[in-house]
Amino acid sequence: MPSSDYDPASLPDLLPLYYRRLFPFSQYYRWLNYGGVQKNYFQNREFSFTLKDDIYVRYQSFTTQNELEKEMQKMNPYKIDIGAIYSHRPNQHNTVKSGTFQALEKELVFDIDMTDYDDVRSCCSAADICCKCWTLMTIAIRILDRALREDFGFQHLLWVYSGRRGVHCWVCDEAARKLSVAARSAVAEYLSLIKGGEETVKKVVLTDPIHPFIRESLAVVERYFPRYALQEQDILGRKESVDKVLSLVPEDILFTVKELQQDFQNEKKPESRWKLVRDQATKKQATAKKGQYFEKEIMLQYCYPRLDVNVSKGVNHLLKSPFSVHPKTGRISVPINLKELDVFDPFAVPTISLICEELDRPRAGEDEEKSEESKDKENEKDAAERRKIRDYKRTTLAKYVKYFDQFLDAMARSWKGELLRKSDLQKEF
Amino acid sequence: MQFMSRQKKLLPNSHTELYGQCLQFYGQPPLENIALSEFETFAVERLKLLKTVENLGVSYVKLSEQYTKKLDQESKNLNFPYRSGPSEIEKRRKDHISHFILRLAYCQTEDLRRWFIQQEVDLFRYRFSYLSSKQKLEFLHKNNLQYDAISVEEKKALQDKLVNSSYAVSGITVEDQDFYKVPFQDALDLVRTRKVYLKAGYVYIPHQDIVTIILNDFRTRLSKALALTARSLPAVHSDERLQPLLNHLSHAYVGQDYSIQKNVGKISLEQIDSLSGKSFPLCMRQLHQALRENHHLRHGGRMQYGLFLKGIGLSLEQALQFWRSEFIRGKVDADKFDKAYAYSIRHMFGKEGKRTDYTPYSCMKVILSNPPSQGDHHGCPFRHSDPELLKQKLQFYKVSPSGISQVGDITFSLNHPNQYFVESQKVLGGGKDIKREMDTPQRSQENSGRGSAAAREAAAAANASQHLAEMTEELDSFFQDA
Repeated sequence: MPSSDYDPASLPDLLPLYYRRLFPFSQYYRWLNYGGVQKNYFQNREFSFTLKDDIYVRYQSFTTQNELEKEMQKMNPYKIDIGAIYSHRPNQHNTVKSGTFQALEKELVFDIDMTDYDDVRSCCSAADICCKCWTLMTIAIRILDRALREDFGFQHLLWVYSGRRGVHCWVCDEAARKLSVAARSAVAEYLSLIKGGEETVKKVVLTDPIHPFIRESLAVVERYFPRYALQEQDILGRKESVDKVLSLVPEDILFTVKELQQDFQNEKKPESRWKLVRDQATKKQATAKKGQYFEKEIMLQYCYPRLDVNVSKGVNHLLKSPFSVHPKTGRISVPINLKELDVFDPFAVPTISLICEELDRPRAGEDEEKSEESKDKENEKDAAERRKIRDYKRTTLAKYVKYFDQFLDAMARSWKGELLRKSDLQKEF
Repeated sequence: MQFMSRQKKLLPNSHTELYGQCLQFYGQPPLENIALSEFETFAVERLKLLKTVENLGVSYVKLSEQYTKKLDQESKNLNFPYRSGPSEIEKRRKDHISHFILRLAYCQTEDLRRWFIQQEVDLFRYRFSYLSSKQKLEFLHKNNLQYDAISVEEKKALQDKLVNSSYAVSGITVEDQDFYKVPFQDALDLVRTRKVYLKAGYVYIPHQDIVTIILNDFRTRLSKALALTARSLPAVHSDERLQPLLNHLSHAYVGQDYSIQKNVGKISLEQIDSLSGKSFPLCMRQLHQALRENHHLRHGGRMQYGLFLKGIGLSLEQALQFWRSEFIRGKVDADKFDKAYAYSIRHMFGKEGKRTDYTPYSCMKVILSNPPSQGDHHGCPFRHSDPELLKQKLQFYKVSPSGISQVGDITFSLNHPNQYFVESQKVLGGGKDIKREMDTPQRSQENSGRGSAAAREAAAAANASQHLAEMTEELDSFFQDA
């Protein structure tokens, strides 16, 4: 696929094209304006841009969609981050009396980064990803999406590919946007099971009773574990891996570890080895009061999502914007359609060079569209204007924007309700 | 409140009414006149009580037997209420007044407010645990917390989930008690620790656990009240009798924070490696080692270690050079460092952004905030590391075996990494002699010095934790110095 033809040096040439003809401004504005339910919501939103030569500018804000477009087309940012909605327009924050400029609201966000799994994946490390370890992201999305919806009651979740090695989640419900720092931190802690840094060997410890949230999460992990961990990551294959797994069996069940090591000498198949581990755990669960859930703990340590609580905590925390370009890979941060999650391929995500190229390539059926345009004389819009609106539709970006539209449609229904309620209160006719 | 220097106007009857209940929300400020001497005494004693609450909270599980016994003792010693009883009226009055005085002292900054609220909430929790179920229910009503109880059918349907969500909830609990549906935002402590069943944004709380709701409510109200109090401060500060006392009170809690650098420039970069072996507490030694090995540290590590270095006397220029030279050895080129990392170092020294000159983290802060995760090296080894790994580390640093087993049994007491550095330097003959000592070539004494310093750290942990009152003693000397 031509996606691999991306060269970071070409960004200065590609970005103007991207922002002029491809970036979905009207959908973007529709999102951040949130139906105009709250006054100045869009105007008080902070954006930050990373420009050429790593110049970083904060407290950017815009009054209209048009202004946003013009500025972005002028500055051609390499990266765009979205921040909070403040008490005043961010670009005027210096004129505001000290102490009164406050971050008020923002989506609840989560950032899952593949680097945080380095201690449990053998295929890649650091910024690299492959189709084998990508399953970790799939698992993370399934677990967190379920919990945020079913446990917390949130409905409007946007999952976005970060462009290189992870995913972000934007929870856009009104209740989510209004959460305090303490509440965000509590949500993130509730969702955290992996505790400990470099110095900790055993990062998951389960005690009785096992909370329903953990059970639900385990159910997801168990679906993926055989293929992901036993086959693809082969955690019970090579000796070093086996040792690592067995180091997670609690110390006071030492005899178990020795037994397993012996059994493994006769049993080489990973699935069978895992069954032996499970059988030992089942035995322990019948008798022991502590450390008896080690097979669950192992599965969780290898598969459970690792989130950075600090990203989710801060109301003013800046996070990479959807549809932003990743300067190193060229990939667009596209929304992920959860209905197609199991077949999502990060390497098939369009790069900026690909979609710019696709702009020039006429698609099949394009000729028909053109003749329709010329037929339609009563259309007020300029032909060039219409072509511009449809530009992204010629490219691989189209399906992602379409999915984004569906996401916005669902939210719009709730805005409508809000607006009606407000106008009722004001007795407008 | 109005203050008169001499007489107390006591209205005994209304006191009996006002202080009829053993626990209160401090919704209304005291309206009587009180003597200045009482004003001082009350405030200082409550501060001592809150300091004890803080220390006990780090060393023991809250509401455990040891915790409550010790807090009972302290409350008795300081003449504060701790149980319901008829003779408690005077103590409750003191409690009421002292709370409001401390509000004046602790409303001024975000840090002070956070500290004050945390201790008051813990104190409240402890006192609330002594109330009967009936009294607890009364509180709910007093608060106008109208949460809905779920139907019997719904309880039955959710029975398994409810039992499995909380250690304290059994099948019998579900049958016998009402369960309330509370929005999760009102029960954050339960959500954070996953001690409750959560569905569609609501937590399901048995009657017996209503305390958490009340605590949350108390915390929110206090927070709002403090914000309001801050606005009326100028009027209070204009009273010359009060201002010096209030200042004392709000500085006392911080202790020494090492924010004012006393030895800027006295440390050279070449000394850091050997200093890290001799005089750095274990957490900083760990960070330093990780930095040297990986030529990188993540944000949490950079903050904890960077501020510590500032505290021991590194200047901004030195710090920039230090971090830059190390990062360049890794994957970061000079350009990238200047763009991405230099900013945050200057930020630490108060040269960027809102220009706050950040203070080096105390042990409390290191232990309680921002626990390390995968890829991190910050935190407190005595709290955040595997016991086995910690043992190994201490052995490597030549702590005696008896010292190691002591550490294993002991819980660490409050201190400050920079305090460790200062004390260690003193012991090794530091102060002005630091440079001289470093210049002389390696001596055999250096090795034993390293081991004994580490042993001293472990021993210090052992000793200090048995004398929690040390902290309150420091407080006394603070006031005497004034």
